[in-house]
Amino acid sequence: MLEIKNLQARVEGKAILKGIDLSINAGEVHAIMGPNGSGKSTLAQVLAGREGYDITDGSVAYNGEDLLDLGPEERVREGFFLAFQYPVEIPGVNTTYFLRAAVNALRDHRGEAELSAVDFLKLMREKIQLLELDESLLKRSVNEGFSGGEKKRAEILQMALLDPKFAVLDETDSGLDIDALKVVAGGVNHLKRVDNAQLVITHYQRLLDYIVPDYVHVLVDGRIVKSGPKELALELEERGYDWIIEEQVA
Amino acid sequence: MSSESEVIDQFVEQEYKWGFYTDVETDTLPPGLNEDVIRHISGKKEEPEWLLEWRLKAFRHWQKMEEPRWPHVQYEPIDYQGISYYSAPGAKDKDRPKSLDEVDPKLLETYDKLGVPLHERERLAGVAVDAVFDSVSVGTTHQEELAKHGVIFCSFSEAVREHPELIKKYLGSVVPYTDNFFATLNSAVFSDGSFVYIPKGVRCPLDLSTYFRINAAETGQFERTLIVADEGSKVSYLEGCTAPMRDENQLHAAVVELVALGDAEIKYSTVQNWYPGDEDGKGGIYNFVTKRGICKGDHSKICWTQVETGSAITWKYPSVILRGDDSVGEFYSVALANLAQQADTGTKMIHLGKNTRSTIISKGISAGKGQNSYRGLVQMGKNATDARNFTQCDSLLIGSRCGAHTFPYIEVKNPSAQVEHEATTSKIGEDQIFYCNARGIETQDAVNMIVNGFCKEVFSELPMEFAMEAQALMDVSLEGSVG
Ligand SMILES: Nc1ncnc2c1ncn2[C@@H]1O[C@H](COP(=O)(O)OP(=O)(O)OP(=O)(O)O)[C@@H](O)[C@H]1O
Ligand SMILES: [Mg+2]
Repeated sequence: MLEIKNLQARVEGKAILKGIDLSINAGEVHAIMGPNGSGKSTLAQVLAGREGYDITDGSVAYNGEDLLDLGPEERVREGFFLAFQYPVEIPGVNTTYFLRAAVNALRDHRGEAELSAVDFLKLMREKIQLLELDESLLKRSVNEGFSGGEKKRAEILQMALLDPKFAVLDETDSGLDIDALKVVAGGVNHLKRVDNAQLVITHYQRLLDYIVPDYVHVLVDGRIVKSGPKELALELEERGYDWIIEEQVA
Repeated sequence: MSSESEVIDQFVEQEYKWGFYTDVETDTLPPGLNEDVIRHISGKKEEPEWLLEWRLKAFRHWQKMEEPRWPHVQYEPIDYQGISYYSAPGAKDKDRPKSLDEVDPKLLETYDKLGVPLHERERLAGVAVDAVFDSVSVGTTHQEELAKHGVIFCSFSEAVREHPELIKKYLGSVVPYTDNFFATLNSAVFSDGSFVYIPKGVRCPLDLSTYFRINAAETGQFERTLIVADEGSKVSYLEGCTAPMRDENQLHAAVVELVALGDAEIKYSTVQNWYPGDEDGKGGIYNFVTKRGICKGDHSKICWTQVETGSAITWKYPSVILRGDDSVGEFYSVALANLAQQADTGTKMIHLGKNTRSTIISKGISAGKGQNSYRGLVQMGKNATDARNFTQCDSLLIGSRCGAHTFPYIEVKNPSAQVEHEATTSKIGEDQIFYCNARGIETQDAVNMIVNGFCKEVFSELPMEFAMEAQALMDVSLEGSVG
């Protein structure tokens, strides 16, 4: 489904991604772990199509298409989704209105009729229950004044509404309390099917108790330095990253 | 991030859809300004002697005045002798049309194209329109229906002929001919405009509207609007305007006077869409306008709502003099400065009466190389016991080459009066745009969404159809070559 080959990217002249190779098939869940500043979010943003990154080498094939050739909104229409590590506040724009615009942009692309306000509300009510989200939040401006946890839940609400084929979750667990973590993970699992895939970025193996990955990758200094089964996460939790870095050097 | 300027600063090329020119025969005075020109205009309009005298007094006063330099705008000096002060469609020797049926079809077509059809069968329901083309009114719709309620709605020239006593009583009563450079010039040379009188206790059954169109080149437009709402009456008035695209600047110096007697209410809404010029600041209308209302009687109310998207330069401060006790003044404004546009706009709330209230909501949007200034004065007179003002002044920046400025002035002479001022500045960030993109929403739609969200409070004050037009206008005004 997603095939990343030797992906290299720079920001303002500084090399951040230094050759990423990663292959993800439909039906799989992959986790990426790694120290602060190693390039995890950069990878997520590059995949989502944010401008300002210089892709100096490599390629990303998404269902056989050149992902890097598509604009960010086109990627969404092809079923790509990124849950942001830091969801952005948009004052003045009503959340429900925003979500409906997003859903209708996707429907429009698929040649489906726009959802009326009433039908959309029905769909949204169904999804917010899944995430145990307070409906009053949706009357507010997008993410404005949302607590850290509310922002993350709202991200997964958006994911549920757009029902992506390939989702990247960038530290969706940070800022969530234990109960919220279970709810959010439950939501994500609910969206998992055999024909879609997820890439989960996290610092904590705890999340992976709920969202169980098929593979765990360790990203250090812009490279994937180790990959393994889900047990690798446990080992990382116990031993940190130093031993891997040393293993690398050796 | 560097891409911010790339993505967002590209919102500078817009297409002005109202920029066409109507080729009609005109009766146009050669450029130049002197007493003979004023006599000529007055004569064309068959005005009484007192009005000519009033114009001449204004002109003599104007010659001693200096153009204001305090607004935060820059422009080349205006050559007042290079402007024609009168241009009317139709040949010199032809009589003015008696009714809309006699109006040149080309003119009717022009208004069709602008979306304000004047013909009986296609007229906008619920809105009576006075159509002003260059220096004259070409016709007013729904007059008979309004007359049934005693409402007078006609061109200013017609009012001078038909209702001289009202004109004599109220003309210059809110904006005296000595008021300021542009208002004084207007007093000397004004050509046409609209007049409204709502009798005691009448709620005007229709919205009233004037559509101003500048067509001729090298002419100025100097119209005058006077609205008088007698005791206990109520009226909603809308003003729209457009002009052809031209490389040279054109001067528009209008005066609007509102008079609300006891318990009367006037709601005055403007969607200003004069040609803004191009991105290098070439062409466009200089919109130097004096708008002022007086809440003369107790419990009266005046509400100004303006959406200013056009003009190369906007200089206007719709104001309310709160003379009556318990009177209310409101000002809701959205001003957009895109391309190389400059806007210096705001309001004055002059509290004289007891327990008077005013609200100011100003939303300034700057994009491209636009410069947007809010300038507002809140004055609490010594008798304005318990008067209140609330001011909220928000600026939104799109891109990094534009600017927003605020100049609030507050003068309080009564210790029981309260003045509250809030201000915010925000910027449409590249991260917000990307966040929308990452939800499948295109950049243009994202900008529109954010801008409309920003303007919501003001748009909701506009009459329904106007609110939609304003939103659509805002969208096109920000339309650009999105990268
Ligand atoms: N716009 C930018 N300008 C300069 N440096 C940047 C920019 N964006 C990212 N970086 C740098 O790139 C490196 C990788 O950042 P990134 O956000 O991808 O890390 P991360 O692995 O997600 O870290 P964390 O675990 O803290 O979220 C960091 O050193 C960061 O400072
Ligand atoms: Mg990160």
